[in-house]
Amino acid sequence: MNPELVGRVFPPTAPYLVGREKVREFARAVFADDPQHLDPAAARALGYADVVAPPTFAMVVQDQTLQQLLAQPDSGIVLQNVLHAEQRFRYTRPIVAGDELIGILSVTGVRAIGGNAMVTSEAEIRDAAGDHVVTATSVLVVGEGDE
Amino acid sequence: MIAVGDIVVGSIVAERTVHLTREALVRYAGASGDFNPIHYSDDVAASVGLPGVLAHGMLTMGLAVETIVPWLGDSGSIREYGVRFTRPVVVDPVTGAELRIVAKVGAIDDESARIDLTVTSGETTVLGKAQVRVRLP
Repeated sequence: MNPELVGRVFPPTAPYLVGREKVREFARAVFADDPQHLDPAAARALGYADVVAPPTFAMVVQDQTLQQLLAQPDSGIVLQNVLHAEQRFRYTRPIVAGDELIGILSVTGVRAIGGNAMVTSEAEIRDAAGDHVVTATSVLVVGEGDE
Repeated sequence: MIAVGDIVVGSIVAERTVHLTREALVRYAGASGDFNPIHYSDDVAASVGLPGVLAHGMLTMGLAVETIVPWLGDSGSIREYGVRFTRPVVVDPVTGAELRIVAKVGAIDDESARIDLTVTSGETTVLGKAQVRVRLP
């Protein structure tokens, strides 16, 4: 694990277009049967343009940012040695079908504990207008494995 | 929908039980894009020393918060949601796993309430500090 990753900010991910059927698929997968996630009319009744993604859907975009981190040749991170310890989302608004989202990852902390490293990263997720949608913060425990 | 009378510290606002099966894990893998084989392959799980195939932590996190969405009415009232993944959920190939979610009001201020989620599998609490901050109507 490379401590010099702290403070590194990655380029924005390629725009992710949130599809209605993808939101429905994700909703079914997390046992989210409230109509706002499945029925555009129910979502519109709440003031949204289309179906509303469940709160943890933001991880789909966050995951793209974490792939950037794992792909860094100097990261020293091997996927099999990674454990997800904590996760947090801070929302400005929910993700809605039709959104085009980008994620900007920054590594905010690396702390050694025993032979492991705790890596905190923040993915700031913005829409096509550049407005903030949600920030996803992960704490990963990275074991010292074979590189 | 939120009734003002519900917003009392300590009161339960929602609860449910979700039965997880291997099929549910494969469905979540496909929907989320997380294809780590420890979430569907017994062989791989055993080879890395796990007691069995585990549910994705993000699946547990995702289904836990959905427990309160019908009560909230609008999932857009959620301002913040965080958890610690403290214990794994082992999903048996035949019997699956039962997750019990109880949502209680933990704290209230002028604009928001903190809802504390307790998520248990059998006698084991699997998420730590699972807290949702919601805007009050």
